[in-house]
Amino acid sequence: MAQLLEVIRRRMPRVRAQMAQTDKPTNRRMRPQPTPVDIAPDDPLVAYFLDTPEAVELERLRLDSPALRELKAAGVAIVIPLVSQGELVGVLNLGPRMSQQDYSSDDRGLLNTLASQAAPAVRVAQLVRQQQIETRERERIEQELRVARLIQQTLLPKELPEMPGWQLAAYYQPARAVGGDFYDFLPFSDGRLGIVIGDVTDKGVPAALVMATTRSILRTAAQEGLATPGDVLARANDLLFPDIPPRMFVTCLYGILNPHTGALVYANAGHDLPHQRQEGGAIELRATGMPLGLMPGMSYEERETILAPGDSVLFYSDGLVEAHNPEREMFGFPRLMTLMADWEDTVPLIERMLNELASFTGAGWEQEDDVTLVALQREKQACAPLTPLADVDDQADDGWQSLAAFETASAPGNEREVIAHVEQALAPLALPHKRIEQLKTAVAEATMNAMEHGSHYEADHPVTILVRANATEVSVRIRDTGGDQTIPEAHTPDIEAKLAELQTPRGWGLFLIKSLVDDMRVSSDGVFHTVELIINREGEHHANQNV
Amino acid sequence: MPTRTFEAHVRQHLPRVAVIDLQGEINSFAEASLSAAYAEAEQHNPQAILLNFSQVEYINSTGIALIVTLLAKARKSHIRLLTCGLSEHYVEIFNITRLADFMSVYPDESTALAARAQEAEA
Repeated sequence: MAQLLEVIRRRMPRVRAQMAQTDKPTNRRMRPQPTPVDIAPDDPLVAYFLDTPEAVELERLRLDSPALRELKAAGVAIVIPLVSQGELVGVLNLGPRMSQQDYSSDDRGLLNTLASQAAPAVRVAQLVRQQQIETRERERIEQELRVARLIQQTLLPKELPEMPGWQLAAYYQPARAVGGDFYDFLPFSDGRLGIVIGDVTDKGVPAALVMATTRSILRTAAQEGLATPGDVLARANDLLFPDIPPRMFVTCLYGILNPHTGALVYANAGHDLPHQRQEGGAIELRATGMPLGLMPGMSYEERETILAPGDSVLFYSDGLVEAHNPEREMFGFPRLMTLMADWEDTVPLIERMLNELASFTGAGWEQEDDVTLVALQREKQACAPLTPLADVDDQADDGWQSLAAFETASAPGNEREVIAHVEQALAPLALPHKRIEQLKTAVAEATMNAMEHGSHYEADHPVTILVRANATEVSVRIRDTGGDQTIPEAHTPDIEAKLAELQTPRGWGLFLIKSLVDDMRVSSDGVFHTVELIINREGEHHANQNV
Repeated sequence: MPTRTFEAHVRQHLPRVAVIDLQGEINSFAEASLSAAYAEAEQHNPQAILLNFSQVEYINSTGIALIVTLLAKARKSHIRLLTCGLSEHYVEIFNITRLADFMSVYPDESTALAARAQEAEA
C-alpha cells in the first residue's frame, strides 16, 4: 500500500501540469504548485473507488473522507480511479474545465476509457520500478557484506604463533550475513602468549566495525602482557562503553599462556566457556564477567588452569554450539563436552569438531552464524626428567658425575627426543662434533632396541636413560624392563647376502652401536636390562668396520 | 614427539637419470613414501637413480634397511644407485655399513650428475 500511495502522490503534479498548459503564458509564473495528497489505505475513498471504478465529480460524493476534503481543497473537480486487477494503482485528478462548465458524460466516458488503458500500464511501470528498487537494495546488502567480510579478514591473524612444545590451530568460517566473530594472538617479548576470542552481537558492517575497535582496544589494554586478563577486560569495557552503538555488546575471553609452565590465566566477559581436555576427561574453564560495552565499571574474575603435557583447550564461538540440524535440534554444550572428553589426538581437534558439526547439520546446511574455533594443545613429552639423580645413579662415586636422568615412553620415534636430551646434557663438555654424532646414533639405536625388544612398545614400560661423565669418559646407560631376555651378540652384517635378498635387509642396530662407541657393556639382573655406552672424551674414535 | 615427517619427490634429470629428493627422517615411517617414490622413478626407465639426502636430518637402522632394500631392487633391474648430500656423519655410516661400496657417494647433486654424464659418455 505504501507503493500505491507513492504513485498517487506522484500522479498529482502531472495532472496539475496538464491543467497549467491551458493557462496564458504570462500566468506561467503564477502557476499554483501541485500539492500531493496522501490517501490512507483505510480512507473510505479507497473502498468507494474499488467499488465504483469510474470518473466521478467530487462535489457529488458524500463521504467522511480526509482525502476527499484534501482533494477538494487542492481544487480537484473530477477524479478518475486507475484500477488494475481489483487494485487501486493510482488516480487521475483534474481541475475544473477552462470553460467553467461541468464535465459532460462524453468527457467522463473518454476519461474512463483512458483510465482503463492507463491502469494496466501504470501497474506494469510500478512493478518495474519496484523490482529496480529491490535490485538496488540487494546490491547494497551484498556490497555491505563484502565490506564486513573484508574488515574481518583483514584483522584476523594471518599467521599462527609458533611455540616449541605447543600446537596452535585456528579456524574461522563466516556465515553469509557475516557476524562479528574474532580471535587474536598477542605474542609478548617474555615468551608468553595472549589469546583472545570474541563475538560482537549484530551482523554486517556495524558488527565488523565494533570488532575492529574492540581488537584495537584489547591490544592496547594488554600492555605487552603487563596487565592481567581481568584488568585488560575491565579497561577494554570502560573504553568501549561510551562509543558502542546502543543494543550492541561484545562477549570476549582473554587468556595469557605461559608456555614454559603450561599455566593459562584467563578472564571472561560473557563468552562461551572454553573446554579443557585433560587426563581422564574434559572440564569447562569458568570465570564470571559481564560482556564488554554493556555498562561501565565492571570487574572480571580471573582464574588459572594448568595444561599438562597432552592437554588441550578449545576456544569457540556460538556458531558451533548454536548450530541446528534439520530437526531444529541444537548442537549444544553437552555434545561439545562429550566430544572433548572422547577426543583422541589421532585427528586434530578442530578437524574432529568440524567433522562432527558437518555430520550433525547434514548436507545443504545454511550456516546460521560465524563459526570460530581456536585449539591450543600442549604436546605430549616423550621424555620426563627423573629427580633426584641419586635414585637413578647407584654408582655416583668413583669420579663419575651424573649429568641427566630421564625416562621415555616406549613408542616408535621417541629415540629422537632421547638423543636431543643427551646432546643437551653433554653440551657443557664441548665434545668434538663428530663424537657427539657417533654417540647420538649409538644411543638412538640402543634406545630403539630397548623400546622394541625390552619394553615391547608398551606404554607402562618406559626406558630409563642416565648420562654421566668422568674426567676421561662419557657414559650413557639405557635401561629397560626386559631383564629376563638375552641380547644377541653383535656381528657384522653380510651386505652381499642382504643385497642378494638371501637375508633380511634389517639387523644393523647392534652393529652400528658397537662400531660407533669405544665400549658397550651389557648387564641384566633378571628385571632390568641395561646397555651402557662409553666414549672417550679426548681423541677420535675410529669407527671399526670389523666388529 | 615422534616425527613422522618424511617426503620423497622424483625429478627427471639428464637423459635417463632420475633424482629422488628425500626430506625429513628416514625411519620406519618413511617406508611407504620411499618405495612409492622409487617405483615412480623406475617407471621412467632410468639407467641411474640419484638419492638426494641434502634435506635428510636423521637416518636410523630401519632407514638403513630401507636403503638396502632399494639397492637390492636397483641391482636386480641393473639401475645404478647414487647418493649425494649426505652429512659427514652419515657418510661415515655408509662406510661402516659398506653401503658406500655398492652406491657412489657424491658431495652434491651437480657433482653426482657430472660424474654420471662422464660415465655415460665413456
